[in-house]
Amino acid sequence: MARLVVDPVSRIEGHLRIEAQLDGGKISDAWSAGTMFRGIELILQGRDPREAWIWAQRICGVCTMVHALASVRAVENALGIDVPENARIVRNLIAGSQMVQDHVVHFYHLHALDWVDVASALKADPAKTSSIAQSISDYEKSSTTYFRGIQQRVKGVVDSGQLSLFASGYWGHPAYHLPPEVNLLAVAHYLEALAFQKDFIRIHAVLGGKNPHPQTFLVGGMTTAMDPNEPFAVINPEVITRLRELVKGARKFVDQVYIPDVLAIAPLYKEWFSLGEGVGNFLSYGDYSSTNEKDPASFLFPRGIVMGRDLTKVEPVDPSKITEFISHSWYEYSGGDENGKHPSQGETSPKYTGPKPPYEYLEVDKKYSWLKTPRYNGKPMEVGPLARLVVGYAAGQPEIKAAIDGVLKKLNAPPSVLFSTLGRIAARAIESQIMVKRLDTWVDQLDSNLAHGKVTIFNPVHWNPDTWPASATGFGWHEAPRGSLGHWVDIQGRSIKNYQAVVPTTWNAGPRDPMGQRGAYEAALLNTPVADPDRPLEILRTVHSFDPCIACAVHVIDGNGRKYTLPRVV
Amino acid sequence: MLAPESDLGTSLARRGITRRQLVKYCSGMLAMLAMPERYLAQTVSAVSKTKKPVLVWMQFQDCTGCSESMLRSSHPDVADVVLDLLSWEYHEVIMAGAGSHANAVLDRVVKDEKGKYLVVVEGAIPTAEGGAYCTIGGHSAMELAERVCRNAAATIAVGACAFDGGLVRSHPNPTGALGVQEAVPGIKVINMAGCPHNPANTAAVLVHYLTFNDLPALDQYNRPLFAYGRVIHDQCERRAHYDAGRFVTEWGDEGHRKGWCLYKMGCKGPEATFNCPVVQWNDHTSWPIRAGHGCIGCASPRFWDHMSPFYERLPNVPGFGVETSAGEIGLGMTGAVIAGVTAHGLIKMIKPASKPDAPATETRKEA
Repeated sequence: MARLVVDPVSRIEGHLRIEAQLDGGKISDAWSAGTMFRGIELILQGRDPREAWIWAQRICGVCTMVHALASVRAVENALGIDVPENARIVRNLIAGSQMVQDHVVHFYHLHALDWVDVASALKADPAKTSSIAQSISDYEKSSTTYFRGIQQRVKGVVDSGQLSLFASGYWGHPAYHLPPEVNLLAVAHYLEALAFQKDFIRIHAVLGGKNPHPQTFLVGGMTTAMDPNEPFAVINPEVITRLRELVKGARKFVDQVYIPDVLAIAPLYKEWFSLGEGVGNFLSYGDYSSTNEKDPASFLFPRGIVMGRDLTKVEPVDPSKITEFISHSWYEYSGGDENGKHPSQGETSPKYTGPKPPYEYLEVDKKYSWLKTPRYNGKPMEVGPLARLVVGYAAGQPEIKAAIDGVLKKLNAPPSVLFSTLGRIAARAIESQIMVKRLDTWVDQLDSNLAHGKVTIFNPVHWNPDTWPASATGFGWHEAPRGSLGHWVDIQGRSIKNYQAVVPTTWNAGPRDPMGQRGAYEAALLNTPVADPDRPLEILRTVHSFDPCIACAVHVIDGNGRKYTLPRVV
Repeated sequence: MLAPESDLGTSLARRGITRRQLVKYCSGMLAMLAMPERYLAQTVSAVSKTKKPVLVWMQFQDCTGCSESMLRSSHPDVADVVLDLLSWEYHEVIMAGAGSHANAVLDRVVKDEKGKYLVVVEGAIPTAEGGAYCTIGGHSAMELAERVCRNAAATIAVGACAFDGGLVRSHPNPTGALGVQEAVPGIKVINMAGCPHNPANTAAVLVHYLTFNDLPALDQYNRPLFAYGRVIHDQCERRAHYDAGRFVTEWGDEGHRKGWCLYKMGCKGPEATFNCPVVQWNDHTSWPIRAGHGCIGCASPRFWDHMSPFYERLPNVPGFGVETSAGEIGLGMTGAVIAGVTAHGLIKMIKPASKPDAPATETRKEA
């Protein structure tokens, strides 16, 4: 039959298109295409590397700040700058709260409607929902009256005939099978999570002035000046109290709402523990150091690689083995489009060869995406929460091992269920719980440093460009909510000669490579049943389980090393 | 499904929100818009209308940061906006449907609500390569913007990219990106500049539109005067330190710990306009200067090219540290905006604007 097209794939960041071939009600082949390109790395050339993070941060506003962090780390690495302990802690706090907030938003606002039938919630008995809620959690909003109020609100929207965001849903699709009472519970928590995400992320405003796009990083540290005795210091004892309250709220939401919901919904969709497996190779750069960012042994999430779903072995990560291909991407390489290039040597020029819009289908046997194709040692890898936990589990990280074993025990399932669509959802919830505990620890450390007069937040050694070498190259890594993120920078004189980001969603969503190997999305969609091609809910389930971020994933570097003179301000 | 339409008053009452609270909420909105209380009754009745106006939110060359920023809206909170105030029917990042079902919603709105619906645009619009740098459902952003904005009652361009191309358009503008008012000339547009836009301002514009069926007064860049009419430096909580000559001279120094002026660290507050210091972000929690970093002028025209390098001190600012100079700096840098406010006064700010004859163009500096 004709190819199935899902475009736009909604409830993701960015512009993603999936084309799939159906055979006998199942997907026999799939193609993942990014359909938007901006060229931010090109725009970065010639600019001051100290401000690269401000620009790079705008690669994405959903996973905001992750590119800021990777960028300052890359420039610090190039110039040989160590950041003070307080800066490391504040960065961990900002990135860790991003991870928790982002995962909650993903589960409730980007993913839940694939599993939760909003229309069915109208048929629920609020008293039964209340007793289910009270049986799985101590969360106080669990009365019959509360759930009846939510139901009335949804009914009001439906009765008005103006269904707003819910107008286009696949309600009544046969693949939905939660009871009405659980659907009502999830709808209530969809609304609670909307309130939670904006309340909790005020932690970014406290430490960075605003969210999205906090404005607080520096090459060499942070702008969050600390002083135990100054009322206008960004971090003082009063602010510590505020941070504590915000973190406490997050811990409560994760423990009492997010985790119980995942554990309640997952067993009702058991078949998805064996669908959506993907490539089976997992990469984690590792991150969140407790002592020294240069020492991977101090990371909360270990650095490593697990190949072929073999949990008995963790391989080290060798940065030189990362390459990017463009054989199926709308770019050209000077040395021929079939050869991969290391990010530090990378080169790209956009060259669109696809159909002229408006188009019906992409030419999937040729070039079909603005995403490139990263490979590690020539192999496709999955990155993200599942990869982090698989690597941590295989490496025997005690906190990760205990958390996963606990969940598997509750689900009465072996570790192999992790390699699935639901496995990714579970991994995201588990790591949120691990992270939210760690946030507390970091606030404690800041508090203690403040009390002991340890207030250094910035290392000025190379702020002045006169102290820089004639040329310097470096890279910065970060484990972002969606996975392993790397920025590579080449500094010549006082400005950026070349800049590149290799981004989590590029690893997962990239098109196939010259050897024809599929990336994680394309592999995970194979054999997925599609009950109704007009309403391809099952495709959304697996694609959403990766939490796509396409704006991040599309990027370009320029091989000509083109430079230009910046326009003067006035 | 098509039962009698419910109004906001009823749906709020169902959630235990009294008319008194509704009036209080509308009153807060008026304060934001600098509108006198005599408009209160009109506002309350407008937000309680029977049929909710339809809104579609288009994402083009964006980072989704402006959508995320809207999700952080607190007064009203986002669920109220999306479910009760408006019928928010198309918004890729949060809408239920995908693919053909999503496209069908957009087609229906453009056809059935022609001339009546609002469109929010996030992201720049690429014009090079026949529009291939951004496609949705196989259609180019150019084509979609033309169709969806041209048929709307008004277009709200949120964020720097939709305003004037933003970061995507900055040098060397690899994709020929433009802001909405240049890509779709002649439409009725309001620009909520900023990176991202501030959701409090955008919510206020929505309420203004619901009340007066028109946009608030605009400056020469089609930005609402209530939010973009005043220089940041004049509203800054660190202003007294500037006047007294107390400056941060190195990150983390005594001045930095004490919250002194960031002018010498490259702060662009003296030449940027925005109500950021007053409205602040994330439910009035903070703003960048309070977090110890200089302003980057993100609500200004073509700010990426014109306000950078961000860590370089503004050149030739006359007599900094002297009390009388700051106003002059602001006037010099953003003269037209200030002059506009002074000339037309508050009355002009609160009345619905008439659309300027020609789309605003960048005049201050050329990249």
